[in-house]
Amino acid sequence: MDLNLILLASVDGVSYASLLFLISLGLTLICGVFGVINVAHGSLYAFGGYSAATLLAWLTPHTSSTPVMILALFVAAAVVGGALGMLLERGLLRFFQDRDPILQLLVTFAAFMVLEDLQRMIWGSTPVSAGDLAGRMGTVELGGVTFMNYQLLFVPGVALAAYAGLQFLLRHSLAGRQIVTVIHNREVATALGINAARVGTLTFALAGALGALGGALSVPMTSFVPGLGAEMIVTSFAVIATAGLGQITGALIAALLIGLSRAMVVYVLPELEVVMPYLMMVAVLLVRPHGLFSVTAARRI
Amino acid sequence: MKLLAQFLGASAVLLALSGTSHAQQARPVEIRLGMSTFMTGAASVLGAPAKAAADMWIEDFNAAGGIDGVKLKPTWIDEGQGADKFLSDYRRLAQEPGEKVMISAISSGYCNALAPVAEDLKVVNILWECSTEKVLEDRRYKYVFRTGPNGTMEMVAAVLQLLRTKPDFKTIAVVNQDYAWGRDSWEVFRNTLLALKPDVKIVAELFPKFGAPDFSTEVTRLQALRPDVVLSTAWGGDLDTFLRQASQRGLLKNSQFILPLADSSLERLGDAIPPGVIVGFVGDGYFADPEYANDPETRAFVQKFKQRTGAYPNFAVYHMIQALKATTGAYKHFLADNGGKWPSAEQLATTLRGSEYRGLSRPIRMREDGQALQGQLLGITRKDPSQAFPLVGQLTFYPADIVAAPVGQKSVEWVKSLKPDLVQNAQIKRVGN
Repeated sequence: MDLNLILLASVDGVSYASLLFLISLGLTLICGVFGVINVAHGSLYAFGGYSAATLLAWLTPHTSSTPVMILALFVAAAVVGGALGMLLERGLLRFFQDRDPILQLLVTFAAFMVLEDLQRMIWGSTPVSAGDLAGRMGTVELGGVTFMNYQLLFVPGVALAAYAGLQFLLRHSLAGRQIVTVIHNREVATALGINAARVGTLTFALAGALGALGGALSVPMTSFVPGLGAEMIVTSFAVIATAGLGQITGALIAALLIGLSRAMVVYVLPELEVVMPYLMMVAVLLVRPHGLFSVTAARRI
Repeated sequence: MKLLAQFLGASAVLLALSGTSHAQQARPVEIRLGMSTFMTGAASVLGAPAKAAADMWIEDFNAAGGIDGVKLKPTWIDEGQGADKFLSDYRRLAQEPGEKVMISAISSGYCNALAPVAEDLKVVNILWECSTEKVLEDRRYKYVFRTGPNGTMEMVAAVLQLLRTKPDFKTIAVVNQDYAWGRDSWEVFRNTLLALKPDVKIVAELFPKFGAPDFSTEVTRLQALRPDVVLSTAWGGDLDTFLRQASQRGLLKNSQFILPLADSSLERLGDAIPPGVIVGFVGDGYFADPEYANDPETRAFVQKFKQRTGAYPNFAVYHMIQALKATTGAYKHFLADNGGKWPSAEQLATTLRGSEYRGLSRPIRMREDGQALQGQLLGITRKDPSQAFPLVGQLTFYPADIVAAPVGQKSVEWVKSLKPDLVQNAQIKRVGN
């Protein structure tokens, strides 16, 4: 495998990692605040993609401006993902707040199945895609191979911006610092006068929007079919398990690790492509059982 | 001793009575059809239109009087719910009392699992969609039939079409889904190709995960390798995604694509498929087939289906209609030959075995091993002002006799014995102009 091929594989790896990261980000955020793996996050990804495709299809006869269409992706993700995320928390998970984590997991799984059926009701089972948006951004030649700018620059750019924005929000804004406090210790945070319930809703809305954004950004490249949500949630679970639950920087590194290794293996040993995310996860967890970036948890009495 | 003789005599009478009741099958109120299709999951791309088509066809068939007054009553099983649940549902339906025929399944895995069950329960089962040739080659069944083509016919015809379209290529790469069909179809395709054109070099064998959302790495690798030909037997959302990404990045300009199952994706992909791609129909059902587009029955069906679902029928729809017509045809045939007597499951199976029927295109013949002989239609995409998506022109029809492994032979071994002159076989004929 020569240097040129490594370069080509890295490009693909990074673009795949970017999408994976966006989805894992929301998952890991909820995991931090609520201590639960939100299986329904996979549906938010699907809803984000489907609704972005619907919005784009509706827009196409009215405008041919690429920036408007890009904006539409973000709007669809923020509105649909944010609203669904909030609804999930307010309408469902809040009632299972202090219950057994296994029960909470099952509740999110139930929500996932309901949403999956709802999605089939609305969009049916025919593959849905957002046509030519990715093509509009043009292509670039790299080492004799054509890449789409959308995939090469735009998606990784959005992922990085989301990462930077989230870090900034958590460190420097009031709401963000409240989230960090609740992640650290809900009871103490409540005692300090933080409205933990409101923070929970906010986190869910933010996480939902991020998951839906992952879907909205992938709909110009891929075809959405029933079952895609489950696919994505499993892979992104591998990411956050590798990273350490609730770790944002960890999720970025882990997504890159999984994305790159998956791309490389297509060149060397294509047979292993399917299991690569899980092999990486197992390899990391064998050495660091709580993930790459787990922090020592304070013992609570 | 006398007692024993009396007992034996009584048993003989009873046996004779049960024998006549067996032959004098009572006419049922309705025929229950145990039908299975993917209603959930990625494969519902094929399953949902087929179900819509079946419901529509059965409605019309019942309205027209059914089989001599006996109506069809379908019960559906979702194949998307996992193997255990599927098989238990299947058993339950197959064991219900009353007249029944099973029309199942799409998944090759399920077909392999259910064939012995149907045989044990002595229920006629039509494998309506699954393509795996192995199920009917590994074992002989009395009650199990496939009314559509198998993977061998589809792949051998695809190789012939490729060699006729582009005889002088040197390298080929494959991108198939990583599951039974993707692997098995490649095995048959590869062995056929190597038998007919031994100097071909296989430069990449890629098997991305079933339902993969991203094929960029595969596309990049293919662009770096620049194979003359790219084969993919993928279907549904996977094929859509792969083709869209490949086409956006110009891969279809550099390599000749051959997509034996792309019929079901053309309408959705629109301009993502350029002219010049080899496309197959998994049988010979095509709404724009010049020989059948104006056939009254076919035209009425296609129009009604388009009206109801918003799409043209794909190959799963044609296969479903074939299955229904073969089954009902066998009933009618038996009734006509036996003065209105109703057949037992065994008699129905015997009638089906030698039967000839038509789906919505050319006539099909059922072979003694339960495998239907259906010819294959392939062609090349072209732009047409009448539609927003590519149509398929330069259609070529491959009769089943030359692309099917003979009864009793295993496909993979049979294709290895093929000779290069098959490409010029006189039975291959152009359809339309």
